[in-house]
Amino acid sequence: MKYTDNTPPLMRVQGLACAYGARSVVRDISFDLWPGEVLAIVGESGSGKTTLLNAVAARHTPSAGQVSFDMRDHGLQNIYAMTEAQRRMLSRTDWGFVHQNAADGLRMNVSAGANVSERLMALGQRHYGWLREQATDWLERVEISPSRMDDRPDTFSGGMRQRLQIARNLITQPRLVFMDEPTSGLDVSVQARLLDMLRMLTRQMNLAAIIVTHDLAVARLLAQRMLVMQNGQAVETGLTDQVLDDPQHPYTQLLVSSVLQP
Amino acid sequence: MTHPQTGPAPLLNMQGVSKHFVLHLQNSTDLPVLHDFHLSLLPGECVRLSGPSGMGKSTVLKLAFGNYRATQGHIWVRDTDGTPTDITQASARTVLHLRSQTMGYVSQFLRVIPRVAAIDIVAEPLLEGGDASISPTQAREQAAHWLTRLRIPQSLWQLPPATFSGGEQQRINIARSFIKPRPLLLLDEPTASLDPENTQTVIELITQARAQGVAILGIFHDDHVAQAVASRTVEMQSFKTTL
Repeated sequence: MKYTDNTPPLMRVQGLACAYGARSVVRDISFDLWPGEVLAIVGESGSGKTTLLNAVAARHTPSAGQVSFDMRDHGLQNIYAMTEAQRRMLSRTDWGFVHQNAADGLRMNVSAGANVSERLMALGQRHYGWLREQATDWLERVEISPSRMDDRPDTFSGGMRQRLQIARNLITQPRLVFMDEPTSGLDVSVQARLLDMLRMLTRQMNLAAIIVTHDLAVARLLAQRMLVMQNGQAVETGLTDQVLDDPQHPYTQLLVSSVLQP
Repeated sequence: MTHPQTGPAPLLNMQGVSKHFVLHLQNSTDLPVLHDFHLSLLPGECVRLSGPSGMGKSTVLKLAFGNYRATQGHIWVRDTDGTPTDITQASARTVLHLRSQTMGYVSQFLRVIPRVAAIDIVAEPLLEGGDASISPTQAREQAAHWLTRLRIPQSLWQLPPATFSGGEQQRINIARSFIKPRPLLLLDEPTASLDPENTQTVIELITQARAQGVAILGIFHDDHVAQAVASRTVEMQSFKTTL
């Protein structure tokens, strides 16, 4: 077992709980995530999966538990013990966050190029030519023609907006990206393109990801591991193919049997 | 975890393995599929799982691959460094590591990935896990070699296999597995939809793998294939629960 024990996780979540007032929405969640690993969080609406994602992404302070991230030089650090400035820095360099609705993750009133290079500018990069070069490269990587560089995202289709949002997040070469239902609301053909792209990018960049999805086919395609949530609790975790092909918990069995060929 | 060994150590060692499916949505019906199964698989061996359908042949392969969870028993897979790991107890991460380095699995069906070209699907195992020892171009060259060997017409290489015939998809699956040599191979009817010529190629591939010390556990529907590749047979009837 030495293989498992030797490598420190990229993120460690321990006993995480979230509440809105007296209402508990996430209870006692623990998991480790290693570099390059994609974890899918699945479950129906209201199961607490988006709250969990927000809590591990430093966007919603948990009521209990710890979220630790491997800070390149300092090892695992509790993100909620950091200063607000440190957390913000983490969010715009080593992390990415892809919203379900691209408009929440993009600035709709500035050009695609400005959207893509914003994180680099926030890090102090000012060389216009270099920024434009980086933006061109990333637009190409997400299959958007660089000729659209100066167009605003509100002139883009839904699929293009989502790809633009991904480029905007990945330009700083983060090690972890959070995604909330990144493909829902897109046409099936557009979904396939996005999924294939995400699959390729996570592999090429050894990028870890935590993806919230209600779509088991998306989980099967992208994630090596899966966490099934019901009523705020993790009712089953394991290898994606194991959870889908041999579900143990009644709720997972219901979930798997309710879809057509995940 | 190291034991003094007499003779070569098994690559796969299954002891007292049982599998039940509990169907919670059907009044918690308990479906016994496998009872007290045991098997020790040595390097260079090819064991045929034999018996009528419903006897749990595929279940054994899926348990060994960590795709199904054993209800009881132990399944030790020997890692490339010689350490046996009980995959019924191992973390998801350990099982993924074993799948990438130690055990290959050829199912009857290709799980198609939209938009990915056949040649890239075959090359993929060489590029997994951030392993930078091989470039995408080199991986594609090797994939081309395997596609040629398995007679996939070059005109199909750049196409996603979704529209391929059953036999073509199966050969993509075989190429994808054999491209990365692993010490343990699990084969679920690898020749089920192949013509005689390609079946012969697969027989040769299995024979060569055995000669190189690969341990193989397989389901071979076709007696002529089994006779050509298998060193012994395990009859599944003896592992059926009698309730």
